[in-house]
Amino acid sequence: MNTHAPMVTTRSGASIATRRLSKSFNGTTVLHPTDLEIPAGQILVLLGPSGCGKTTLLRLIAGLEQPDGPDMIRFDGEDVSGVPIEKRNVGMVFQSYALFPNMTVAENVGYGLKVRKVERAQREAETRRLLALVGLEEYADRRISAVSGGQRQRTALARALAIKPRVLLLDEPLAALDAVLRERLRVEIGLLLREFGITAVYVTHDQAEAMAIGDRIAVMEKGRIAQIDVPKEIYHRPANDFVADFVGTMNRIAGRVENGLLNIHGGETMARLNVGGPDRATTLCFRPEAARLASANGAISARVAATTFFGATQRLVAEVSSECRLQLDLPSNVSVTPGQILAFEIDPAAIIEFQTEA
Amino acid sequence: MNSRRFDFFLILPLAIFTLAFLILPVARLIAEAGSGPQGLAGFLVILTEARFRNSLIVTLLLAIVTTVATLAVATIAAQTLANRRFTGRGLLLSMLTFPLAFPGVVVGFMIILFGGRLGLVGSVTKSLVGTNVVFAYSLFGLFLGYLYFSVPRVLLTILAAAEKLDPSLVEAARSLGASPFAIQRDVVLPALFPAMYTGGALCFATAMGAFGTAFTLATNIDVVPLLIYTEFTLATNASMAAAISIALGLITWAALAIARNRAMRDVKGG
Repeated sequence: MNTHAPMVTTRSGASIATRRLSKSFNGTTVLHPTDLEIPAGQILVLLGPSGCGKTTLLRLIAGLEQPDGPDMIRFDGEDVSGVPIEKRNVGMVFQSYALFPNMTVAENVGYGLKVRKVERAQREAETRRLLALVGLEEYADRRISAVSGGQRQRTALARALAIKPRVLLLDEPLAALDAVLRERLRVEIGLLLREFGITAVYVTHDQAEAMAIGDRIAVMEKGRIAQIDVPKEIYHRPANDFVADFVGTMNRIAGRVENGLLNIHGGETMARLNVGGPDRATTLCFRPEAARLASANGAISARVAATTFFGATQRLVAEVSSECRLQLDLPSNVSVTPGQILAFEIDPAAIIEFQTEA
Repeated sequence: MNSRRFDFFLILPLAIFTLAFLILPVARLIAEAGSGPQGLAGFLVILTEARFRNSLIVTLLLAIVTTVATLAVATIAAQTLANRRFTGRGLLLSMLTFPLAFPGVVVGFMIILFGGRLGLVGSVTKSLVGTNVVFAYSLFGLFLGYLYFSVPRVLLTILAAAEKLDPSLVEAARSLGASPFAIQRDVVLPALFPAMYTGGALCFATAMGAFGTAFTLATNIDVVPLLIYTEFTLATNASMAAAISIALGLITWAALAIARNRAMRDVKGG
């Protein structure tokens, strides 16, 4: 490695490591001891329902909350547990934007440089550069109240990036926006963060957002990380029931495996699913898109209860029996009407079986 | 009923009130002020005669100092009360509303109990250093009385604003590296400014015009409300009393207008 090489303009931020990081409030544990490694430049999404501890974890990394013990958080190997947020050099983006209403868009973006006593000309140049980056040059002199929600969040992002933070922390940044804008901005933010190559921790309860933005996703449940992996693995190989349900739609077929076959009773026919393995009571899971139409022989038959058109695909609610309702995605050019009996099969490679008690 | 006539009926009570209690009496007051030996030139006497002029200056200074002190105490206390939860907080808040109903006379009486000839401070200092410290009957006593009167009112106004302040604003400023001083200057105070204006205006107007406390404490204080009273009752100089009243009203009104103007400019678009 050539140590004399000039600094590249794109910074990659610091790596983040937590060791047995935990937090309790008044005797209630909101974050159980958590080990986390985020390499420099990676975007980690903390995904989970409200109260799962994702925001607490983010605030601990930010320095807005104090961990239960010493030396639990490191940036680039340096213990920052005792460093207050003012000195930790982290960029923060909040759900409420948290923009200063008494300042213009440009003044907001330049605020971190101003309190750092960066000379005026340099500050203004840097502010302009960041406003250009988020596409807000024309709005520089506008009051915050005079720009839209999406523009506010881009201002907040530019303000956080202006201080060249070691890590960027985003707490549900898109939750206050309407659906269309949210979808557009999550693409923009994802691109921007990658362009910056900054280490980022992004909190959300929206799985689509998590998939779009995260290099990796940590799904959290009740103060613990249930699974941490790349989006594909989280989706296709969920570690447990909770992750399977929280990310995407999961179908379940319960039954008993005998001689490697799961008997499914439904409608007029009975299908056997070849799953192999020892005899056991089990629940098999599969995603809606793992279903495909099949000839009646050996396939599962189900009565279509409802269809929803999604454009490229359509989602069917199909009843195998009164206890077993499934959601199946089929190409939208297949003609299906409610009440119809449909024969389908499941891609064996897409079947997931969790270890459950017999 | 068409909407213009309906609007007229909606505004009618306020119109009657304004006419009966504002326009007519003030017009009468102006007429009265002009009826003195010097006519409308009586207004100039307020400025030319030292007794009146000094009284105006003293009152104005007292009102300004009271307002500044009240805002300082109330703004600091409001932020602390808004951001911290501690046992006794509810009790403290309800105790603060307790003196709201006290008339000025009672406030004056309490200042006498505190700093009067037989007051708490006097008896303590007498037993400690041998001198009976008395300040109740001075401008300082009046200042304390107004402070006692104004702090709870202003505090509750600013507290409401401080509780509405989005905590992530302060967190965002901290993450950007702002010092506590910079956060106060750039984030918190601008957000509290409208409430500080409202509270400060209330406090200023009270300190300019309050009579009861001044009357209770007054031995050697010559604030404007007392001057009006003296001119009206003792000197039976109704025209002079009227002229000073109008001057008092105008000064207070102008001060509040300037402050409001500033406040609106500062929060414009906020």
